[in-house]
Amino acid sequence: MAFKLPNQLRALYTATNYHHHHRILSPLAGASQSFVFSLRRLFADVPPLSDPSSAPPPLYPHSTKTSLAPSSLNQYELAKFAAIAETWWDSEGPFKPLHALNPTRLAFIRSTLCRHFRRDSYSAKPFEGLKFVDVGCGGGILSEPLARMGATVTGVDAVEKNIKIARLHADLDPSTSTIEYCCTTAEKLVEEQRTFDAVIALEVIEHVAEPAEFCKSLATLTVPGGATVISTINRSIRAYATAIIAAEYLLHWLPKGTHQWSSFLTPEELVLILQRASISVQEMAGFAYNPLTGRWSLSDDISVNFIAFGTKNSQ
Amino acid sequence: MPLTKDLNVAIIDSNPALSSGVSIKKEEPPDPRVSTVTPATISIFKEIGAWKYIEQNRHAYFDKMQVWDYTGLGYTRYNARDANKEVLGCVVENRVLLSSLLSCLQSADFRKTIYPSRLLTLHRNSSSTKVDSHSSGLPLHGQGNLVKLDLIDGSSLHAKLVVGADGSKSRVRELAGIKTTGWNYSQNAIICTVEHAVENQCAWQRFLPAGPIALLPVGDNFSNIVWTMNPKEANDHKMMNGDEFIKDVNHALDYGFGPHPKSSMFGDGGIFSWLKADVTSASEFFEIPPKVIRLVSDRMMFPLSLMHANNYASKNIVLIGDSAHTVHPLAGQGVNLGFGDAFALSRVIAEGIAVGTDIGEVTMLKKFEVERKTANIAMMAILDGFQKAYSVDFGPLNILRAAAFHVAQHVSPLKRGIISYASGEQRLPLFS
Repeated sequence: MAFKLPNQLRALYTATNYHHHHRILSPLAGASQSFVFSLRRLFADVPPLSDPSSAPPPLYPHSTKTSLAPSSLNQYELAKFAAIAETWWDSEGPFKPLHALNPTRLAFIRSTLCRHFRRDSYSAKPFEGLKFVDVGCGGGILSEPLARMGATVTGVDAVEKNIKIARLHADLDPSTSTIEYCCTTAEKLVEEQRTFDAVIALEVIEHVAEPAEFCKSLATLTVPGGATVISTINRSIRAYATAIIAAEYLLHWLPKGTHQWSSFLTPEELVLILQRASISVQEMAGFAYNPLTGRWSLSDDISVNFIAFGTKNSQ
Repeated sequence: MPLTKDLNVAIIDSNPALSSGVSIKKEEPPDPRVSTVTPATISIFKEIGAWKYIEQNRHAYFDKMQVWDYTGLGYTRYNARDANKEVLGCVVENRVLLSSLLSCLQSADFRKTIYPSRLLTLHRNSSSTKVDSHSSGLPLHGQGNLVKLDLIDGSSLHAKLVVGADGSKSRVRELAGIKTTGWNYSQNAIICTVEHAVENQCAWQRFLPAGPIALLPVGDNFSNIVWTMNPKEANDHKMMNGDEFIKDVNHALDYGFGPHPKSSMFGDGGIFSWLKADVTSASEFFEIPPKVIRLVSDRMMFPLSLMHANNYASKNIVLIGDSAHTVHPLAGQGVNLGFGDAFALSRVIAEGIAVGTDIGEVTMLKKFEVERKTANIAMMAILDGFQKAYSVDFGPLNILRAAAFHVAQHVSPLKRGIISYASGEQRLPLFS
């Protein structure tokens, strides 16, 4: 089993042609391609999509294109989120499953980070004085509770619409109006040499073209001895059945095409790429959904949604 | 609770007792407005540190209960020992409950302000939670996510969460636009305090054709009477002179309307004898309640109805207690449902704060609603069922009721289930 991992990872790293994988591994290639074309027509404020038959532009900091193309992010992915930006804070709208999942993610973050930073877990504001960054913050659904828990929060997202929505919503409550929102990327923050006590990127890495480089950026943003929290979906058959078929096509929890199974990472792969970025994963948990009560809970089952907490090696 | 101690609480209530305190003189006879608190409510009070204040005033624990009806065909005696408990409940005057909660509030160390007025209106932002990115230039109504409350005395305040605990004619519920379902029982209840020659240590309830009469111990030699009847008779009983009223009460509790049930001899439960082995009250004889010798308070009358709010929560507003639901007093459960609501809400708020939730958010309040609605509706359905079952005088139904008395009396698992359900333990009597 162990020797398969490096091969799988190598396959990941050499995935230059995103759409090549897209055609082979997704049985719904035709439908998704037409989705790409329709998006292109609808969203003028997103940078123009590349032609589906060519490879996406090379995306890493040492490329000369430093200004416009957000590195490690995929334009196609951004467009999907820009499409539903206005409904972020409608708890009955397209983001309803995320609103239902949010308290469970926060429970894991609260528990692991309180222990890591040795804070009183019975305090209402345990993260006072700590700097957190929420990478891929969307409408601020995670940033706001973290700010209420006392943290100094910076929220970043590559979609300008999301940042606008996030700022508007955060201004409604004095305890969240101090959140700093920027329309930028993890890589840009690295260039600005920003560092944080905790770097949190939930449900982002599966939308990123180069997960290993993304993890390296997250690690650089974390202070030595700081915390990194990443959550994503496992690349398992069960996840295909639940997170894609059930969630997108049967229950309509997510718009079709939100997730690509080939972009999912297995927990082993995530641990490995984090390790290469000097982050040792300390704890991992899964999220389980109970269809009878409609509630999510933390569990040991990491076969579908999972979250990992790691610490940056102190040098 | 440490998670909630940073919350700033405003209490809006025009009751003068909140500012000046409740004065209770020990020599006074008990006020007729009493509540029977269940063991679950007693533990809530103990947990918040309020029960010790209750014990400084008059209060009456009781560990026995007898229920029967006018047909004389059956009776049930409950004893706390049947369910391995010390008490079935405690009868406390409402002003004692209020005074103890006030003392507890005064000694608590969170920020609290009392507004001795009543709510006039409130304003919230529109309930649509969609934020339009193009409207960034326009100011939002009110102040962001806060509710603006205007009081009758002219003052106003802003709050993240408004808890409507203002009774069955709730102004908060009215302003929130929450509709209710329910019906009036064509019954009124008369309440008063009476005195006996000896101490009453048991709770008695006899179902009469027009409604039940309950005799509850309140301490010393006093008892509280809750007599439910149709509105015309209730009015007559309120107006008639005291001595005649006492005669009627004794008549109702004794031989009025029908004979005494026959006691089970030596614990012989007939076909149920194999099930009742471990329950003491199954072998207890039927007893006649102590005679009432004097009326010591005014008689008060109020109409009875069932009411349930369609929702308990909407954005920034939540209802608890009688503002969300009212029930028939026949099982003494009403105020206990309310205390259960209050405790559940405080727990939901604490859990929300632990994960940084905005306490006015509907999703968090709905968690409270789902939890309490299920419990409250189950209880209300059962109580309403009893009310309807006992209001019809029809031979076969009378026999069914008698059978029910016998079954409850002799089938110990059922009796234990009934006692723990009525004590507020949240497990339905038959399915646990």
